Amino acid sequence: MSSLEQLVLERRVIICAGPGGVGKTTTAAAIALHAARLGRRSCVVTIDPAKRLADALGLKELTNEASPVEGVGGGGLWALMLDTKSTFDEVVIRNAGSEEQARAILDNRLYRNISGALGGTQEYMAMEKLYELYQSGRFDLVVVDTPPTRHALEFLDAPGRLLRFLNNRIFRLLMMPTRASLRAVGVATQMLLRTVSKVVGGAMVSDAVAFFTAFEGMEQGFRDRAAKVEQLLSDERTAFVVVSSPRRDATTEAVYFADRLRESAGSVEAIVVNRMFPSFGPVPEGLSGPLAENLEQLDRVAGREERYVEELARRLPGAPVVRVPFLAGDIHDLHGLDEIARWMFP
Amino acid sequence: MIVAGKGGVGKTTVSATLAYVAARAGLRTLIVEVEGKSGLPELFGRNEALSYEETVLLAEGEAGRGAAELRARTLTPDDALVEYLESHGLRRVSKRLSSTGTLDVVATAIPGIKDILVLGKVKQLEVLSASGAEGAPEFIVVDAPAAGHAVSFLASAYGLLDAAPVGPIRAQAIEVTSLLGDPARCQVMLVTIPEETPVNEAVDTAFHLEDRAGVKLAPIVVNAVWPHLDLVMDGSEGSVRAAAEFRSQRQALQEEQIARLASMLPLPQVILPFLFTTELGRGDLEVLAESFAPQLAAAEGR
Repeated sequence: MSSLEQLVLERRVIICAGPGGVGKTTTAAAIALHAARLGRRSCVVTIDPAKRLADALGLKELTNEASPVEGVGGGGLWALMLDTKSTFDEVVIRNAGSEEQARAILDNRLYRNISGALGGTQEYMAMEKLYELYQSGRFDLVVVDTPPTRHALEFLDAPGRLLRFLNNRIFRLLMMPTRASLRAVGVATQMLLRTVSKVVGGAMVSDAVAFFTAFEGMEQGFRDRAAKVEQLLSDERTAFVVVSSPRRDATTEAVYFADRLRESAGSVEAIVVNRMFPSFGPVPEGLSGPLAENLEQLDRVAGREERYVEELARRLPGAPVVRVPFLAGDIHDLHGLDEIARWMFP
Repeated sequence: MIVAGKGGVGKTTVSATLAYVAARAGLRTLIVEVEGKSGLPELFGRNEALSYEETVLLAEGEAGRGAAELRARTLTPDDALVEYLESHGLRRVSKRLSSTGTLDVVATAIPGIKDILVLGKVKQLEVLSASGAEGAPEFIVVDAPAAGHAVSFLASAYGLLDAAPVGPIRAQAIEVTSLLGDPARCQVMLVTIPEETPVNEAVDTAFHLEDRAGVKLAPIVVNAVWPHLDLVMDGSEGSVRAAAEFRSQRQALQEEQIARLASMLPLPQVILPFLFTTELGRGDLEVLAESFAPQLAAAEGR
């Protein structure tokens, strides 16, 4: 069993996964900060951090450039707040055969909606950014916070979902220009599209056709990249850390995620449980009144939480469990992150 | 009543409590779950998952004398879309549309279309309710998507009106905006917990909802507030003292956040206690309802 400290020292990529609202971003930032303190050049990729945490990292707005965090020392800490839209733009520009092709896609109305609306885009772009940073060789360790999806594992499926979308069969058929191929499209498909335009409008259908036409020839580039990202995820220099909270829904999801991960990219190598209540032990004999009531209530919460965490540890053998207590307030600065890091790396 | 808040603040618990209070007051109540997954049935001591068909969670009279029936159902965007297509005579193509991924393309091309279909269906339920049809619910509780999403969910109708698509979808968007804009028919109840980030997000969500979705906000629910204990620490030591200090600090923090919420957001508050039980069940729902009902009545009376 390797400790979290070892992962931080030895790996090139650490992916923090877990359900929303459990403090994933904070955990990712604390890991990256600790790595920097240990002398590694580390970078944390955050997605939608709470404002005060972003402030703590000196992040003012969405950026695609890793910028150095002041006052860290050691190997240095860089941070960036993922801008999904412009990352996608870069991917399009890189894969397009010509400037005209890139422009045709970037100006398309359907494309403009994809970054905001299509499930999986944010996840795909997070992985894209991760790969780019890893490849650049500027960092010894890249720590990624995953998007707040309802199921943490959605991000594993994200590249596939985006590729399926970009490869939509019906719209591909539509792009065939000749009359002969129009017959090949078939009566059923034509009816289908007529139906679609009746409900949502013809402009939408022509936007879609224009989009898929412009996209022609680019999907291979996307597919190759997705394969490389997948390879990186299953590489032994990449570690998955599950972040959870000591509640039944969160721990159930963590176990589910670990099971799915084992089927695809690898295994969970450490578990961080945030926001644990401290345990003060049982009520001493003879104590009564509010003081006793308080101890009894706290003991009940702590006991329950400990049972969930033990269950989690039992279900994920081989992954060390790190417990981080419930802290008084939000993280405002590097001191707060250091405090968390002290609990994570005792 | 649409119940909204960020993930993990107890939106489903609050939806259940509100529905329970309404049913106990004699209103036939329906809970609509839009994310297709929740612990709602367990709160009522039932194990079977919810489905598109209404499930009875509490029979008439089960929550006390004069209490009405309480039902629940799911209403996911996919369900709503299929039903929409079927009601427009497109039953046969709906399957094919989803199996070919064409629906994904459509939903991406027109952001908010799935939301509008869900809200359109909610509106349909509300109209049925207002008509007083036999067996129709008299009170509807919608367990909405998590906060950031709640704004786009509720603003979807206005977005679609701006985008000015054609025909049936536009008509539906107009009907939905008239529902959302009428406080006698629909209000939004925000849920938060007394911690820094959730309070900030609740305030942001509240202003966005009023500005962008034009909805009336009901009293805001502050959930999971530790009941106040007066802890006199004189003479205590060791773990007793440490525990008391911890509790006092938490209480003070929570009170500070509740005060901050009140100063930032001029809405009446309903405070729900944190329960120290393992998993919430039917008995806990009664405890919450006991606390909820009088506070809500007082807030409405203001």
